[in-house]
Amino acid sequence: MSLLAVKKLSLSFRGLQVLSDVSFEVVPGEVFAIIGPNGAGKTSILNSISGFYHPDEGQIFFEDQDITHMAAHRRAALGIGRTFQNIALYRGMSALDNIKLGAHSHLKTGLLASLCYWGPAHREEMALRRKVEEDIIDFLEIEAIRKLPVGSLAYGLQKRVELGRALAMRPKILLMDEPVTGMNAEETEDMARFILDINEEHNMTIVLIEHDMKVIMDISDRVLVLNFGQKLAEGKPEDVQQHPQVIKAYLGEKKARNGHIPSAAR
Amino acid sequence: MRIGDFKANYVADEAVFKTPTVRFWMGILFAALLIFPFVAGNYWLYMANLVGVAIVAAVGLNILTGFAGQISLGHAAFVGIGAYTAAILTTRLEVPFFLCLPLSGLSAAVFGLIVGGPSMRMKGLYLCIATLAAQVIFEFIFVHWESMTGGIRGINLPAPSVLGISLDNEFKFYFVTLAVVVICVTATRNIFRSRVGRAFIAIRDRDISAELMGINLFHYKMYAFGISSFMAGVAGCLWVNFLRTVTPEHFPLIESIRYLAMIIVGGLGSVLGAIFGAIFMTLVPEILKNTLGLLVDAFPQAMGYLFPLQQIVFGLLIVVFLVFEPHGLAEMWRRLKDYFRLWPFEY
Repeated sequence: MSLLAVKKLSLSFRGLQVLSDVSFEVVPGEVFAIIGPNGAGKTSILNSISGFYHPDEGQIFFEDQDITHMAAHRRAALGIGRTFQNIALYRGMSALDNIKLGAHSHLKTGLLASLCYWGPAHREEMALRRKVEEDIIDFLEIEAIRKLPVGSLAYGLQKRVELGRALAMRPKILLMDEPVTGMNAEETEDMARFILDINEEHNMTIVLIEHDMKVIMDISDRVLVLNFGQKLAEGKPEDVQQHPQVIKAYLGEKKARNGHIPSAAR
Repeated sequence: MRIGDFKANYVADEAVFKTPTVRFWMGILFAALLIFPFVAGNYWLYMANLVGVAIVAAVGLNILTGFAGQISLGHAAFVGIGAYTAAILTTRLEVPFFLCLPLSGLSAAVFGLIVGGPSMRMKGLYLCIATLAAQVIFEFIFVHWESMTGGIRGINLPAPSVLGISLDNEFKFYFVTLAVVVICVTATRNIFRSRVGRAFIAIRDRDISAELMGINLFHYKMYAFGISSFMAGVAGCLWVNFLRTVTPEHFPLIESIRYLAMIIVGGLGSVLGAIFGAIFMTLVPEILKNTLGLLVDAFPQAMGYLFPLQQIVFGLLIVVFLVFEPHGLAEMWRRLKDYFRLWPFEY
């Protein structure tokens, strides 16, 4: 059984074909990577799964339930977590509150209960605080910065807080858009370790987009290669790496290079 | 320098008033607020009541605009709806005052939800103009629905009474105002300790990611409009029962802008900021007026120049405040507290 199944997905913006006929399945417990050159449609796939974009054609199934037309906020409650390429934290809140916000759909406090706070809302908040502190903040090693406003944090830490917020959603599948882009070697290693830990210890399925090939090859179980909105290849990282189409998409054709470079050099 | 302030459990760490020192000063503040009416003259009690009404309205607007990020130019109209609801309920149906308070709030909230409807499709300045339309429409209704609102002559009310005590002067009304302010401020502070408040801030900061985190944008925007106009309605009910008259002239567009100015000067997205802003915007013009009054007494021949000066100085004060502290009075207060907390160190 697949956890997530994307079937013949097509998406266009005013005539610009972003995705055409893309299909793939993600099985429970794997780390599934989507790679491809800039503009290949990687983020568009994640946005379609999250519900931010609405595909023209095709269907998306999550746990065999058709979610193609489901509202975005309901998909989060189903168990689809997300991190963003350009960090999308809430700058007006502390790191702790940002992470707490991730648990939104697991909490029950309504408007009236929140107005009076004491009682159910208080109990729920305290239970949440304990969970966030002991399961997430401790795991991500961000105790020292948890009460600071997120705007004041370094880029790598912001990425980590964002991962924390996604973990607070307790998703069954976590969609990560470029988790290590823009990080130095040490931050990259930390993040790769976190991803593997989440995957192995919490048995969370992960779909990630990344440009850092080393990270992709190291941590992913299967890779999907996109180019110009079309699926080029899918398979184990080492197989995909040898795929002639993939080499062509990433490096260009041998003939063209040979013909082109000398003329430019001349 | 504050030292030894460590929390051993989450309950203590999530408390609003975290240290014994803070609790002590809050106690002093409450005692002072209770003693105030016994020592202050009628004029200052009158001002205190107006400040109280402004605080309730400004705290409400800050929930909507400061926290949830939905700019509203129609807040005075909602205060007006509350005021007219209270006036009509009192004069026609003789509904008791303490029932009028929530009912005025509810009636304003219903209209708030209707006006807030377009917020699903509009953001920022566009929404601002939509709420401006609401302001104009309600102002029109106040003037022209004469059978209900009494047109430009408005409605006069008898003094309200609670538990058989007639609240016919500033002194007695002060305690009602104080109680309503405390309830509204506490409720607002509570919202922002739970998931509802976090959702408001998330919508303001990044609405798209908020939605993908599972927040139903439409519901929460409606909550923000509802709760904000509810408080405006309660403020309107207080206002009309205090002044015992209501006319359309009390709720013009400039009044809506004044509420916006309150939360901007005080500090957007801060409960304390709304309180500071309401105090500032209500008291400073009065203080300026009194000071200029003294000048006019001294130089009667310059009267024609001195009165416009009040507006100019007030405007300048706001600009100067915002240039030096764009985050408002609440931020100044925070820095002042930090100074004493860290003293004798710089940071």
